[in-house]
Amino acid sequence: MIETEGLTRKFGDVTAVDGLTLRVNDGEVFGFLGPNGAGKTTTVRMLCCLISKTSGTARIAQYQVGDDADSVSIRKITGLVPDNVGLYEGMSAYDNLDFYGKLYDRTASQRKESNEYFLKMLGLWEKRDAAAGTLSKGMKQKLAVARALIHDPQVLFLDEPTANLDPESAKTVRDFILELKREKKTIFLNTHNLDEAQRICDRIAILNTKLVAIGTADELERTVKGRQTVIQLSQMSDDVVKAIGRLSLRNLSYDGARATFDVADPEEENPPVVRTIVQAGGEIQTVTVRGSTLEEAYLKLVKKQG
Amino acid sequence: MNLKHSWIIATKDLKAIRHRRTILYTLIITPLALSLLFGYIVQYAVSSAAPGTSVSDYVFLLDAFQFWFVIIAAILPSPIASYSIVGEKVERSLEPLLATPVTDGEILLGKSLAAFIPTILASYGGAAIYMAYADRALDGVVGHLYYPNGEMVVILLLLAPLTCLLSIELNVIISSRVTDVRAASQLGGVVFAPFMGLYIAGEIDVITLDTTTLLVISAIFAALAVGMFYMSTRTFQREEILTKWK
Repeated sequence: MIETEGLTRKFGDVTAVDGLTLRVNDGEVFGFLGPNGAGKTTTVRMLCCLISKTSGTARIAQYQVGDDADSVSIRKITGLVPDNVGLYEGMSAYDNLDFYGKLYDRTASQRKESNEYFLKMLGLWEKRDAAAGTLSKGMKQKLAVARALIHDPQVLFLDEPTANLDPESAKTVRDFILELKREKKTIFLNTHNLDEAQRICDRIAILNTKLVAIGTADELERTVKGRQTVIQLSQMSDDVVKAIGRLSLRNLSYDGARATFDVADPEEENPPVVRTIVQAGGEIQTVTVRGSTLEEAYLKLVKKQG
Repeated sequence: MNLKHSWIIATKDLKAIRHRRTILYTLIITPLALSLLFGYIVQYAVSSAAPGTSVSDYVFLLDAFQFWFVIIAAILPSPIASYSIVGEKVERSLEPLLATPVTDGEILLGKSLAAFIPTILASYGGAAIYMAYADRALDGVVGHLYYPNGEMVVILLLLAPLTCLLSIELNVIISSRVTDVRAASQLGGVVFAPFMGLYIAGEIDVITLDTTTLLVISAIFAALAVGMFYMSTRTFQREEILTKWK
């Protein structure tokens, strides 16, 4: 559905997006992670034909990004929820949707039907006549999502849709995205929220001007050799500390009766450690292998690339 | 260009303007107050004139007043264009608007129509009141209706619309460089200065604001409007709006 190859955007001497190559499949929820200034919003703006690319190619469905003739077609099949909702605050929730419905050339009956559907689905029907400026942040965000869907787009771009929302509102928006996922919409989700990306996205790309990594959350976690073994003893004796010390374990640390160290291959490296502790008279309560989380993977990948 | 899209944007802005009291009052009160004031002055001049005073003795006064409808057409678009464009910047509503299939030209035309239509209606309304008042005051002095005359026709059908257009185009350019409605409106208010300069030039006899001169000024304004249109369309491009507008 979305394909980019060497997509680049420069602002003067500053390169905002550098040679981005990726593919987003039809019906996929694709997460786009990266620190502030990584080029996420610039990428979305390029794909939505809001700003031009400096070089490279990008395609949405059969349309070429950057081709003037295709720009309007791309905007017809895409919906955008920008990082700032940008509603008409003086207009009612219903009129906000209706205005956009008109711009997408929807008939009066289509608009009436879709306005009602989205307002009811997002729990905003009771607030349909309220000025958008009087709605809560969560309601505004939901209204912005509805606005982006009013023309039934094939691709939805969401730029930080849950940023600055309270947990309850964020959950409502996330649940709605999951609902859209079930409807097989292709969703391109810019987010800082790693937990959100992990829960919602089929695949995740990490961008830091350049593409750092791409894959499922599990794949990204595995790319980082950051697993740790945690051995909990009933009590840590000097003999056990001396015995463990002789094993040259990486990043070994103690916290009370707990020893923690890095392992590359737990199945290979843990048994000799366990044997050593037992032989030194230690009583092991638990042995836990802690994998790297998406957060750890993200931080390491971004740091490594930076 | 899809004119329907421009009209949708214009009607949305016109609806919003109806709820902005400051803009609404400016649109109604400015032309109404000036029309009534000018009409009253003409009436007072006629009633206090010595017997035998002819219409030519009032021409100086009438010429001066009728040019004010050009100045009104320069002043009135400023608060509307400022609100309509800078208001969108403040509400950050331009990005989602630009993400629709609407072209930059259609948005600019819609915004321009939203400023043009009420300005022209208010100017014409004010001019109609002034002309009716002045004609009534001059009844018996002229022997026929003084207004509408050739100069007023040129002013209302050519000069005022062109002035309004120029003012809108200047306000679009100003709006792209400021971040709040008040600043845009204040800067936009300065737009009327050149037109005021023309008025003063007419008053101190540097130029004569007769039909021929008004037609020449209209031609110059038309040429300027074309140039300014090019500049304003360059300013109002989505790339510029999203990356360079303050």
